[in-house]
Amino acid sequence: MTAELQQEIDRIYRSESRRILATLIRLLGDFDVAEEALQDAFGIALEQWARDGVPANPRTWLVSTGRNRAIDRMRRDARFVSRVDELGADSLAIDATELPENESGVEDDRLRLIFTCCHPALASEAQVALTLRTICGLTTEEIARSFLVPLSTMAQRLVRATGKIRDAGIPYRIPPANELAERIDAVLAVVYLVFTEGYAATSGDELIRRELCSEAIRLGRLLVELMPAVSETSGLLALMLLHDARRDTRSTPAGDLVLLDEQDRTQWNRAQIDEGTQLVDASLRSARVGPYAIQAAIAALHAKAPTAADTDWRQIAALYALLVERAPSAVVELNHAVAVAMVDGPESGLLLLDAIEARGELRDYHLLAAARADLLRRLGRTNAAVGAYEKALELAALEPERRFLERRIRELRSRGSDRAPARS
Amino acid sequence: MQYLLLIYQNESEATKRSDADAGAMRKEYMTFTESIAKSGHYKGGNALQPTNTATTVRVRGGKRQATDGPFAESREQLGGYYLVDAKDLDEAIGLAERIPGARTGSIEVRPILPIPAAS
Repeated sequence: MTAELQQEIDRIYRSESRRILATLIRLLGDFDVAEEALQDAFGIALEQWARDGVPANPRTWLVSTGRNRAIDRMRRDARFVSRVDELGADSLAIDATELPENESGVEDDRLRLIFTCCHPALASEAQVALTLRTICGLTTEEIARSFLVPLSTMAQRLVRATGKIRDAGIPYRIPPANELAERIDAVLAVVYLVFTEGYAATSGDELIRRELCSEAIRLGRLLVELMPAVSETSGLLALMLLHDARRDTRSTPAGDLVLLDEQDRTQWNRAQIDEGTQLVDASLRSARVGPYAIQAAIAALHAKAPTAADTDWRQIAALYALLVERAPSAVVELNHAVAVAMVDGPESGLLLLDAIEARGELRDYHLLAAARADLLRRLGRTNAAVGAYEKALELAALEPERRFLERRIRELRSRGSDRAPARS
Repeated sequence: MQYLLLIYQNESEATKRSDADAGAMRKEYMTFTESIAKSGHYKGGNALQPTNTATTVRVRGGKRQATDGPFAESREQLGGYYLVDAKDLDEAIGLAERIPGARTGSIEVRPILPIPAAS
């Protein structure tokens, strides 16, 4: 076999294997059998294509070869005898023309598969793992490393998930209209979880984390392509692109945290910001603006400001107020309070933080204490600010965040006791 | 596929219901059962006496032990079940959602394990 053919097969594997797998899962009705069929098909391709050349439509060839091989295999395996009957054993001599030729048929298979992987009857961590394994094609080992769990744990999790899909009869289909909205939310949540896992955590291997972010963005693009009518798919993709555009400036080479107002804006990824901003504009035009689009709009305002001082905090505060209405949570309220403080001054922000705390929410959330500390610092109430930073330090778990808080405390201590309010 | 829909509810709450409420609930169950019988999903089902009538039996070392009470103490108790035919989990979840007890208690959806015929 020539090196050229090997390269060609590698290329086809990279670009087509996930679509082929999706179609095989539909045809065979079993994740593990389909996965094996996919590997078989590529193995046979290596031999046959060397002899006969690459077929005109490699994907169709691979699907029918994989399917035939799987049915052969299942016939020899007593456990699957009844399944072969269900699949219609007499259709064994597959005619390649019965496979979906048109793109939309194949795309539907991938969309079905996403909905199956993100089915609410699966635990959230299983949904994430299965999506990365099946849709993105990451290996079990790569997924285990990204989530810092032992390989055996991750393998078990995947086996259990595909087992439940098979044994509990989780369907392989695009949900009907009356369930679609809720099910899309679950899919978007999984994709965003993959992204934040790669973006937010600062522990673990940086390369792997970057990989998770780019996989999430790829999934986001796929969702926009598959469900263009759903505006939240664009909102989510925009949000991820805009955050990711800043990823390299968020910490120093030594791993110290760099806050938004101190980041080097010339290093932000302009192409991603432009793409994200266009997506935001499009999704804001939709009749019902969703939480991802609103968060993306906020990220776009930050990204568009040439300097931190130029940030349009008034609009950001308004968007957070809208977000509090559409997707209420104490964390969103905290962000709203911070934005209000930038517009109306630290006192107004403190009042809003008091309201959150009075309800007993976010007591153990280090960022609430850190936000309070920052507002107190800006009011020149140094002693109270140090106290709040110390509380935040007690609650913070990540090393870079802890180092940042310790630095702030040192700065304030050297500044001495309370003094006139600082300008920023 | 066949699924067992297990209806769990808080018994002490259920016994506090007024006669009128209990009557309305019974009627709702009858209507639901009729509708899933008509649609062909219904394979069987029963309501159970409360757990204070339960006896748990174990055989240990060849010796039978019968004890008073349910297998496990929990906040919600098994109060009844349906056996249904559904084409997949989504359809089974759709049936479970319509069980009157789903609004106050919980429905556990369990696929029936198919036993291959002995050959």
